[in-house]
Amino acid sequence: MGVDRRTALKGMAVAGAALLASGPGDQAREPHPAPSDAVGMLYDATLCIGCKTCVVACREANHMPPERTALGGGIYDSPISLDGQTRNIIKAYEGADGKSSYMKSQCMHCLDPACVGACMIGALQKREHGIVTWDGSRCIGCRYCQVACPYLIPKFTWDKAIPKIVKCEMCSQRIAEGKIPGCCEVCPRSAVIFGKYDDLLAEAKNRLKKNPDRYYPKIFGEKDGGGTQVLYLSKAGISFTDLGLPALGDTPVPELSQEIQHAAYKGFIAPAVLYVALGTVIWRNKRAEAQGKEEKP
Amino acid sequence: MTDHAVPVGGPILTRPFKWLMAIFGLGVLLLIWRFLAGLGATTALNDGYPWGLWIAFDVVTGTALGCGGYAVAILVYILNKGKYHSLVRPAILTSALGYSLAAFAIVFDVGRYWYIYRIPLHFWQWNLNSALLEVALCVMAYVFVLWIEMAPPILEVMQEGSSPFFRRLAQTTLPILNKSMVFIVALALLLPTMHQSSLGTVMMLAGQKLNPLWQTPFLPLLFLVSVVGMGYAVVVFESTLSSFFLKRPYETEMLGSLAKIMAYITIGFLAIRLLDLLYRGAFGLAFTSGWLSFFFWLEIVLFVASAAMALSPAVRANPGRLFQMAMLMLIAGGLYRFDTYLVAFNPGPGWSYFPAVPELFITIGIVALEIMIYIVFIKRFPILGGASPARSRA
Repeated sequence: MGVDRRTALKGMAVAGAALLASGPGDQAREPHPAPSDAVGMLYDATLCIGCKTCVVACREANHMPPERTALGGGIYDSPISLDGQTRNIIKAYEGADGKSSYMKSQCMHCLDPACVGACMIGALQKREHGIVTWDGSRCIGCRYCQVACPYLIPKFTWDKAIPKIVKCEMCSQRIAEGKIPGCCEVCPRSAVIFGKYDDLLAEAKNRLKKNPDRYYPKIFGEKDGGGTQVLYLSKAGISFTDLGLPALGDTPVPELSQEIQHAAYKGFIAPAVLYVALGTVIWRNKRAEAQGKEEKP
Repeated sequence: MTDHAVPVGGPILTRPFKWLMAIFGLGVLLLIWRFLAGLGATTALNDGYPWGLWIAFDVVTGTALGCGGYAVAILVYILNKGKYHSLVRPAILTSALGYSLAAFAIVFDVGRYWYIYRIPLHFWQWNLNSALLEVALCVMAYVFVLWIEMAPPILEVMQEGSSPFFRRLAQTTLPILNKSMVFIVALALLLPTMHQSSLGTVMMLAGQKLNPLWQTPFLPLLFLVSVVGMGYAVVVFESTLSSFFLKRPYETEMLGSLAKIMAYITIGFLAIRLLDLLYRGAFGLAFTSGWLSFFFWLEIVLFVASAAMALSPAVRANPGRLFQMAMLMLIAGGLYRFDTYLVAFNPGPGWSYFPAVPELFITIGIVALEIMIYIVFIKRFPILGGASPARSRA
């Protein structure tokens, strides 16, 4: 018995050491900079007048039917939030101090997206221009992307027997034709503009520098959650959390869990070592048992 | 090995069994509705709470309840405690059923189920960063391994049967299986170690949506440790119920020593849980999080109560109280999973979720199915030990 236990403990120690040998510390993930062909959008809340032309243009560009349920049907397009038929929406914020602002919400096209990290089989991926798109020929509808996204962007068509994931794809189909996203094309005040990611970031910095009194002193998306290809500027005195954006810090959302996952599974070494260790212990125990049986009678 | 296991025998279609069939039948009707009308019509799931009862209970808690086979195999095959051998077959059976039905639950939970086959087959599309992929592949593989482990009792019956074809099949397959059991058992130990911890990793990606009392880099370890404790509790639970309903002697002595091991594991779990909270400076939230504080302390109290009972010799000598101890542990471990996947998950203002009636009855129907298959198996196949299993191996 003593020998068996020693064998067992030895085996477990080997396996444990293998698992620990590749601790998270030495497995830092590669940083995720914007791809070289990255495009993006810049939304400037100080310019938006809340006309919602972009919401209508988004529907037309993506062939989405109007959302009429909130007002009990009728002719009004009245989405109250992003949903299975609304990829872009304008919301209003009003603070206790009477300050108010509009807020545009759609996919942020993160540099290191949680949804892409979550998706088992690559239905959601950063594809051309760094745009996060959904591939219906891969998605099994597990909705882990919805659990993972800190901005609550991917939506599911719950009322359909054959459902889909619906989200802003920055009108990638229009970009392929040389056009720009529907929302950016129609905005009468250029509150939301489309462009190359680097140009937009420079433009946002420029606006902050030129009019520091006009703006909240931060560009949301420059670093938040590892950075996003959609950038936001807010009015002075109105923070981004007021506008409903999460305070994520600069670390990419999937970083920690992926480091742990990689530490345990890199090259599949640890599981292989554990398997061999377990097999050895089981085999030795069985052999010892068989020998014991032979000796006894 | 388990040559003393025998079929229980007796009629299958008893009155309770017919009730179970009725409950399962209702679940089947509701499932048909779910596939025709979609998830929105039959569940309370929404864009804020995309995962509900089916994931938190059927899959996450269900596979944890299916870890009896894993926990007992650690004892018997790794720590070489041969005296528990008679517990292996019933434990593997409950594991095979728990995991198979969890896999089935995934089929009706996912929206685009017709593509599920691609998860194991389209390996070139795998996203190796996804903890959920690891869970999915591992669970599929483990269901397969569990049924291979369940094959010997089925083949043993075939060997005695009247059909010459099945007899020959059994005679050729059994020796091969027995020789390769080392590889299979090692796999049966490796796979749950991998996916039960990954079930914790899965929720790490929920980030700030999961309350900091639960959100921690130790989620994988906590999920793994607690599942071993739950595994022993399941064995106590299942063995006591079998003895009660089938009027067989209780395996009190053996279950008592299992309970002791479970208690030590639970103490380890609680130590990691509390030290992690203190280290992250999140312990204060245990007093300031409103009803989430209540659920946190409820978990802790259930774990502590169960471990304390298991440490008491008086409890360990009493089948009824052992059963209560096991129930407490299963509720504690189940609640920890429910909290992590559902209760402490908050997507933000405006979202809420409570299971819809059809959702609930589909889950109840699945549980009924599980119990029915278990009854059929122990009555027709050599799963449970002979009349006096506690003594036959002492």
